[in-house]
Amino acid sequence: MVENAIAVTPAQAAASRLKQRYAAETRFKFLGISAIVLSLSFLALLLVTILSNGLTAFVQTSIRVDITLDAETLGIDPVKPSADALSSANYGQVIKNAMYKAFPAVESRPELRQLAAMVSSGADVGLRKMLVANPSLLGTTQSVWLVADDDVDMAMKGHITRKAGAEGSRLTDAQLGWLDELEARGNVAKRFNTALFTVGDSREPEQAGLWGAVVGSFFSLSITLLVCFPLGVATAVYLEEYAPKNRWTDLIEVNINNLAAVPSVVFGLLGLAIFLNFFGFPRSAPLVGGLVLALISLPTIIIAARAAMKAVPPSIREAALGLGASKLQMVTDHVLPLSMPGILTGTILGMAHALGETAPLLMIGMVAFIVDIPASPLDPAAVLPVQVYLWADSPERAFVERTSAAIMVLLFFLATMNLAAIFLRKKFERRW
Amino acid sequence: MNAIPVTQPSLSKVSARDVNVYYGQKHALKHVDLDIRPNDVTALIGPSGCGKSTFLRCINRMNDLIDNAQVTGLLTLDGDDVYDRNIDVVQLRARVGMVFQKPNPFPKSIYDNVAYGPRIHGMARDQAELDEIVMGSLEKAGLLAEVKDRLEETGTGLSGGQQQRLCIARAIAVAPEVILMDEPCSALDPIATAKVEELIDELRENFTIVIVTHSMQQAARVSQRTAFFHLGELVEVGDTEQIFTNPQHPLTQGYITGRFG
Repeated sequence: MVENAIAVTPAQAAASRLKQRYAAETRFKFLGISAIVLSLSFLALLLVTILSNGLTAFVQTSIRVDITLDAETLGIDPVKPSADALSSANYGQVIKNAMYKAFPAVESRPELRQLAAMVSSGADVGLRKMLVANPSLLGTTQSVWLVADDDVDMAMKGHITRKAGAEGSRLTDAQLGWLDELEARGNVAKRFNTALFTVGDSREPEQAGLWGAVVGSFFSLSITLLVCFPLGVATAVYLEEYAPKNRWTDLIEVNINNLAAVPSVVFGLLGLAIFLNFFGFPRSAPLVGGLVLALISLPTIIIAARAAMKAVPPSIREAALGLGASKLQMVTDHVLPLSMPGILTGTILGMAHALGETAPLLMIGMVAFIVDIPASPLDPAAVLPVQVYLWADSPERAFVERTSAAIMVLLFFLATMNLAAIFLRKKFERRW
Repeated sequence: MNAIPVTQPSLSKVSARDVNVYYGQKHALKHVDLDIRPNDVTALIGPSGCGKSTFLRCINRMNDLIDNAQVTGLLTLDGDDVYDRNIDVVQLRARVGMVFQKPNPFPKSIYDNVAYGPRIHGMARDQAELDEIVMGSLEKAGLLAEVKDRLEETGTGLSGGQQQRLCIARAIAVAPEVILMDEPCSALDPIATAKVEELIDELRENFTIVIVTHSMQQAARVSQRTAFFHLGELVEVGDTEQIFTNPQHPLTQGYITGRFG
């Protein structure tokens, strides 16, 4: 054996080394592919979980009942209904009456209460809107789709069991029976959940919407963009084109790079101390949220803008200066237009980052429960990621699917922004 | 102006007296005295790093852009001290145009490339005047016939030689008195080079040209005067014919005959 090993010729040794090298290469490739497959499967798992949990939130169960808009029950003068009376009338009672009429056999008080609870406690809102818009409906009987209670909704979507007598069910056997009956009559349907996209938050899942958070996010990001785009670009222009290269500018550069890595919750505390406690800006307002997010995105934008400006070849600057352009003309006429795609890409990515930020906003009180849709950046508001956080914290089963729906909406906006960035980069990319 | 020691005032457009350039600690240009005559092509030759480009960039103060560059001595353009406090560098660069080693047209249309200089200096009162300047400059640069149908296309889409002539057109559009050329043909093929050289010869009529070149043949072909630099010093300057046929300094002789460089 030993003799054989010694007798290996150089050519054989080279061949075996080559074999080892190929084997190492194959191993490395295999590891790389497994890493990609693993991360893709995690991504797929995430998306599948979110979709399977949340898709049902885009529809909402409604119950059709024939409602008699009786003036007496409503407490409205039937001859001359005043606008005031119409908007403050007792719609809850007519809805209850309509439900009782749909199931005349039910008589005991607890059962009547359970029957009335099958429609959402917020169902009267739609009815009020209808009558205020058209007072002539007073006294008539209308067939109306009312938003169902969230437990009924969950049962219809199969998230809670519809088997009678199941332990811990949130619906009584009687309620399940009525639901079957209503379904048999064709009076239950899942319709598109417009509330999700039109109203603000609510304690009742079936009345909770994202619109307040979307508007809050929009206001916050607008403030962020207004503050950090001009500031970031101006900083980058100064540092890249004007500032002398010395120890001070090196220090500034290192600090900017470090700021980009500071945990965002620290910026939240900074915002709390400066904007709320020192300047006394309103709490929970998109104005403050936007300013804090601007602090977070500013380093990202400065770094991206500087990189984009660095990519503009010096020969272009020399050409402009050689023609007698001033430094400012050189920047505004050549450097900025040429680096704008890169700057915009960086800005969009910074904005996308800001859109997904939660922790710093909790610090400045944007975690409050806010029902109203903000009309200005000074009104209290929620933002999308905080809305996700709030809903994920709520115990009702219906909020689980709404949390996923909110995540989907958030991801949709993030994906759109990233796609816009990729599109910009591809479209205006320039090679020298 | 008080006494400026110009030896032959009528004969020199640009005049350097004891010009030194330092890059930090490095003494890049040493005690250069050089007169550049109007409507001549003056070639600056010498091995790499000899300071010829540095000298060129002193004339329109492009060295100002380098953080640690420092220029001493006296450099005059028509008797005006270029490094005087009262000289506006923007005005100076309008009087002294520059063409660079690598063609560097702006990534804009051919028209806008040429029109940029006149625009920032407010040289045209209306569109018609601007058109005239642009067309005239392209004509003088010998490019008009090739591009007149595609003035809206980008300048970077032209061939290398066309790009360089576009850069020359851009430089002459601001009607400078002196044009500095820093190895304008080093990135071009022989045919494009021939065209640019021909152009340089034509431009001599209206402009004073200073050209840095690595090609001795080019210097011999296009210039009337030649200055030889070595290790930051001006070794010899004279009529091109004399420099190439009868160099006075052994270094010049060595460089020209290709013994070093």
